[in-house]
Amino acid sequence: MNTATTHFQDALQRSQQRKQLYLGLALLTVALLAPFVAYPVFLMKLLCFALFACAFNLLLGYVGLLSFGHAAFLGTGGYITGWLLTRYSSLTPELGILGGTLAATLLGLLFGVLAIRRQGIYFAMITLALAQLTFFIYLQAPFTGGENGLHGVPRGQLFGLLDLKNDLAMYYFVLAVFLFGYLLIQRTVNSPFGQILRAIRENEPRALSLGYNVNAYKLLAFVISAGLAGLAGATKTVVFQFASLTDAHWHMSGEVILMTLLGGVGTLLGPVLGSSLVVWLHHALGGSVLGSWMSVILGSIFVLCVLLFRAGIVGYLQKFVQRNLR
Amino acid sequence: MSNVILETRGLTKEFNGFTAVDSVDLQVQQGHIHALIGPNGAGKSTVFNLLTHFLPATRGEVLYQGQVIAKLPPNRIARLGLVRSFQISAVFGQMSVLENVRVALQHQLGTSFHFWKSASSLNHLNQQAMQLLESVDLQDFAMRKTVELPYGRKRALELATTLALEPTVMLLDEPTQGMGHEDVERVVGLIRKAAVGRTVLMVEHNLHVVSSLCDRITVLARGSVLAEGDYATVSANPLVREAYMGKEAEHV
Ligand SMILES: Nc1ncnc2c1ncn2[C@@H]1O[C@H](COP(=O)(O)OP(=O)(O)OP(=O)(O)O)[C@@H](O)[C@H]1O
Ligand SMILES: [Mg+2]
Repeated sequence: MNTATTHFQDALQRSQQRKQLYLGLALLTVALLAPFVAYPVFLMKLLCFALFACAFNLLLGYVGLLSFGHAAFLGTGGYITGWLLTRYSSLTPELGILGGTLAATLLGLLFGVLAIRRQGIYFAMITLALAQLTFFIYLQAPFTGGENGLHGVPRGQLFGLLDLKNDLAMYYFVLAVFLFGYLLIQRTVNSPFGQILRAIRENEPRALSLGYNVNAYKLLAFVISAGLAGLAGATKTVVFQFASLTDAHWHMSGEVILMTLLGGVGTLLGPVLGSSLVVWLHHALGGSVLGSWMSVILGSIFVLCVLLFRAGIVGYLQKFVQRNLR
Repeated sequence: MSNVILETRGLTKEFNGFTAVDSVDLQVQQGHIHALIGPNGAGKSTVFNLLTHFLPATRGEVLYQGQVIAKLPPNRIARLGLVRSFQISAVFGQMSVLENVRVALQHQLGTSFHFWKSASSLNHLNQQAMQLLESVDLQDFAMRKTVELPYGRKRALELATTLALEPTVMLLDEPTQGMGHEDVERVVGLIRKAAVGRTVLMVEHNLHVVSSLCDRITVLARGSVLAEGDYATVSANPLVREAYMGKEAEHV
């Protein structure tokens, strides 16, 4: 059958894949060299939030679900990992992170089961309510240290072999974690499952009428997203050696929306760029007089972004490239 | 050929006290092209929504192949071979034309939840998808983004996508609505071809289409069945003339 057209499609796909590969290799080189130029702890913070935003974007950008409760997963990953590593000193950090990630995944399953049937704003409201409930549990629970946070989490030795107290070793581990999450999302989006997600986002009733149990697909996407958000929180706790309520607060759920929209929702790199910009802004303005104006500055950026660059920075660049460089 | 494949008994739907579908008893014979006609707001699309459980019925039941299906979710009903289309053309606009059909075929691979697998594993389905596109004369559009297609072509694509599920019974909601004469002719041809070996229940306003295509006609007005029979019987019915054809007579 008409093999010429499918071959043409293959060729087009392959040339696009090659371009993406070159871009990926360039970015990877930057990431590998970055700790020799910039402060590794700051870079690790960037990577953790980048993973968090990517996880969030899987849901908003590729399923069309706006969760307003993702801080719960970031916070859960952090607290459970912190608790495991302080409580059981023989536990290696990767197992602690695994534990925190699994806990966030399970919490995601619970949230998802309760929220996934709702549409639009109701979905956002239920996720917010559940995340608030989670926040108050962490505020009261004895193991979290309440408002003081959970301190003194040991970085430990990766697989019992590699000492993570060395910032450079820690950095490459965090980079590996980030790449794992990023590539998993990329694959998810470009998988048979991802095709069904696209169909659901574009026309949910039609996907249903074609025999797909749309709620089950949305639920799986939600659980993957929650798990990866938990992975980000877990890794962050090991880097900074403490977990705090900030990560579980609804401000954080709002900030990840800002990061994603700013960078470009529904693009793979957008959330990475958006989160880096926001974290950098916090860092740059944190110490100065402008620090107390942070919320106002972020809010203004948010408004500008929604009004002027609806596709976000990366979305805007993509369109620009498509229009002018082809 | 007097097998009833799809049947409703006392099917009723109320929206906040307003009865949109009022104890409808409908019998669709296997192998027929059965038309459901009636004025705007008669409840035709609502009947489709009830048959496929997109809406829960207030009362009454739906039997498909002798089995009550009212408790099943819409996706399960589709898997049983009772597949619906929509009044507003339902396609996946940002996907290519080929991908639209492939999404429907994807179920057979059993990998639709495999988020770790590459989407290139779906290329096995391309040939089958191209065959379906050829059957509706869309092979030259395969790589186009679907939103770019003209309306008539979108409806043809929708038909190909529905056919990809190899439905036993197809429910088509106004497949020729809003089309020019030429497109109508083409879509009628496609439906006639697609209906071979299947059963079709279709909502249709265009009476030329109904008279040339359909074996049996049910007329719905204000939620209830007004008349039923072949075209000659139904069009001779004075009630139908009054309720429906009186308004449409100038088109006939
Ligand atoms: N979800 C709903 N909620 C409330 N009322 C509804 C709903 N769906 C349909 N109705 C009402 O039920 C009646 C029947 O609508 P339906 O869409 O089934 O008519 P139809 O026969 O398909 O008409 P048309 O020829 O215009 O497509 C209309 O009065 C409509 O306003
Ligand atoms: Mg209708």
